[in-house]
Amino acid sequence: MHSKKPFYILVALLFISGIATSVFRGIEHNVPFLPGKQVQSWGVEAKVRFQGTGEPAEVSFSLPNDPAFEILVENASSPGFGLSITDEPQNRRAIWSIRSANGQQDLYYKVTLIPTGSTTIKAQGIPEVTDTYIWPATEKLAAEQAIEEVWAKSATNLSFANQLNKAFNASERSQNIELLLSSNSPSKLFVRMLNSKGIPAQEVSALYLEDQRRRQQLTNFVEVYNDGEWHLFNPNDGTQGRPDNLLLWDRSGKSTLDVIGGINSQVNFSMLQDTRSALATSLDVMNNQGTLDFSLYQLPLEEQSLFKGILLIPIGVLMVVFLRVIVGLKTSGTFMPVLIALAFIQTTLLTGLVGFILIVACGLMIRSYLSQLNLLLISRISAVIIVVIGIIGLFTLLSYKFGLSEGLTITFFPMIILAWTIERMSILWEEEGPKEVVLQGGGSLFVATLAYLAMSAPWIQHWVFNFLGIHLVILAIVLLMGQYTGYRLLELRRFKPLAGE
Amino acid sequence: MKFSFAKPSALRSKGVLCMNKRNIDYIGRCNPRKFYKRVDDKLTTKQLALANNIAVPSLIGVVREQHEIESIPAMVASEDGFVIKPSKGSGGKGILVITKVEAGRYYKPNGQEVTPSDVYRHVSNVLSGLFSLGGNPDVAIVEGLIQFDPVFDGYSYEGVPDIRLIVYKGFPVMGMLRLSTAASDGKANLHQGAVGVGVDIGTGKGLHAVQFDEPINFHPDTNKKLTDIEVPHWDFLLHTASKAYEMSEMGYLGTDMVLDRVQGPLLLELNARPGLAIQIANNRGILPYLDNVDKLGNHNMTVDERVEYAKKHFCHSAQL
Repeated sequence: MHSKKPFYILVALLFISGIATSVFRGIEHNVPFLPGKQVQSWGVEAKVRFQGTGEPAEVSFSLPNDPAFEILVENASSPGFGLSITDEPQNRRAIWSIRSANGQQDLYYKVTLIPTGSTTIKAQGIPEVTDTYIWPATEKLAAEQAIEEVWAKSATNLSFANQLNKAFNASERSQNIELLLSSNSPSKLFVRMLNSKGIPAQEVSALYLEDQRRRQQLTNFVEVYNDGEWHLFNPNDGTQGRPDNLLLWDRSGKSTLDVIGGINSQVNFSMLQDTRSALATSLDVMNNQGTLDFSLYQLPLEEQSLFKGILLIPIGVLMVVFLRVIVGLKTSGTFMPVLIALAFIQTTLLTGLVGFILIVACGLMIRSYLSQLNLLLISRISAVIIVVIGIIGLFTLLSYKFGLSEGLTITFFPMIILAWTIERMSILWEEEGPKEVVLQGGGSLFVATLAYLAMSAPWIQHWVFNFLGIHLVILAIVLLMGQYTGYRLLELRRFKPLAGE
Repeated sequence: MKFSFAKPSALRSKGVLCMNKRNIDYIGRCNPRKFYKRVDDKLTTKQLALANNIAVPSLIGVVREQHEIESIPAMVASEDGFVIKPSKGSGGKGILVITKVEAGRYYKPNGQEVTPSDVYRHVSNVLSGLFSLGGNPDVAIVEGLIQFDPVFDGYSYEGVPDIRLIVYKGFPVMGMLRLSTAASDGKANLHQGAVGVGVDIGTGKGLHAVQFDEPINFHPDTNKKLTDIEVPHWDFLLHTASKAYEMSEMGYLGTDMVLDRVQGPLLLELNARPGLAIQIANNRGILPYLDNVDKLGNHNMTVDERVEYAKKHFCHSAQL
């Protein structure tokens, strides 16, 4: 006998690649492993308001740029204004422009964001501290003293920043710091003190996301560079790190809003939390990133829904293989139960069972008349097909008249299959009696019901369509079961007398 | 009791062959696909048997086309009875047995009348492939009725008892007598309720009997003790079965034979996928016998030597 090693290697490869692609899809593309999973999204609206002076006006507004949030949709509304969005990596800005702006102007920018879960801010290259701040003579000594005092208590850039932050917010601040804070804003002072020690740091503005808040303002934070990453400090309250609901809006270090040709400009934010399907969200994200490439979601909707059905067949087939090879159940027609189960998915189980039994029972009665006519097999089955269509039509009409909308789904049964079933059952009835008909028909319906239950489980439907790798796993299992030479479950009962109690 | 299960290890230690192992390790390995026609097509089997000097039931005629159906009454006019069967049928499906022909009227073994139009319809169904594997078009074989040996009187109800032997690589390894019952409607199919009696390869004597996979001692209709049975012409039957190996070149083969009062043992059909109930009828697993044959390796034994070996090593008293 030839070696089975290549076979097992093949099965293992199928299994591993199936699991690996599924896990990759789940983790890399955020496709949820369970259906119906919800993610929270944030809708943030920025409203820019200024007074036009009748001159040409240009408004430059920075846009959110935060690795912790993914932009799903963004749009700006600004009647009469020309709009362009500059897409520099560090400094995305919306620029509105108009020839002549008179009176109050309102510009809106709306964005839908979803949390990505990655809260670290990676730096691109080592930033340089370009211009160290030159302290005014009155502050110079105080600043130097304060810096040296904190510097002595720190070991690294990060601990320096940390200690500085503490010194800013200590209950009894040193006189030097009190002096400095009286003429500098905490964040500016923080940046300047860090810069004077050659530590890269910059001011950023951020927004606290709170559900249903309106007229929010940006808050100033400071990010400090250390070891390839930016660390966030809030010198206003002495905290370090970022809260989950913080959205970094502007990291350019420049102003958030520049208005030329207008006065009294201001910006405020309102926001709303929303839950949406995790699956739809990850699809939108993939679509934005153009990584939808190996997914059935690229297909037109009609083909997608077709595939949703087709991709369930492997599950039904797996079920039948299991029930036949491992359990040892007999079915009439190898994969007929799968086709019946597919019909059940359209009709729902109870309607499907009732419909199936009704059609087959009526078909058997009519078939018993046909058998007296001595027809040739082919024309007899053709007659049965036509009669089955008639029965289906009749039942559909009747259930419509009686207002039973469930009855209308009866048309989903595969008619050729039904006709063949009726023919085989009829022969079985003639040869082995009605008992065998009930047994075999019942067995097929039982297997079909099990296959239906497997195929209609929402998480299975979710998996087979969204994680195509699962089909490789099914293939591997089917191949493995094809090699199973052990006893079937029902054989253990059948051969019981041989076991010799 | 009814829903209890045996331990797989207990069955394994008894050498019980199961369906999956049969399909993969024996049928798949020993039966070359290209020879299936020799066993699946009863007409081919019959012609092969005749060419190999193996006795078979007489062939009255073959119906290949729809329009030939009407020639059946003329064909059987001089017969006492006849059997119509599909050439590629399986599991005993589509076999019509007529035991009495009287002035153009036909009667089944249970006395029920069959009209000529019933016969036409049956043959038409056969030709359309209703009973053949995969629904392929088929031909109908009209055979002479077997006048079964009175030796089985009282052991069989209305039907012809037949002798099933499993032949592995030319060695008859296990035997069973199949007796019809009222429950099986005169048919010798175990799943329809026929009685299976395990037969000792060494002597042809009954060992153990089952119906519906449950052990029984007496025939349910006639109350005769089943293990008293002794199959006549036993050596001849073993030789015929053994010869079927050369004829069909199938390594794992079921041979079905009947005893005719006049012609003696006749080969009825061959089966490339013989069932496993024979183990229950013999109350033992078949695997030790199959392993014994495998241990012989590439032997070069004649039919006589193989039968002698089987009688010596596969009889009830032999130690494996």
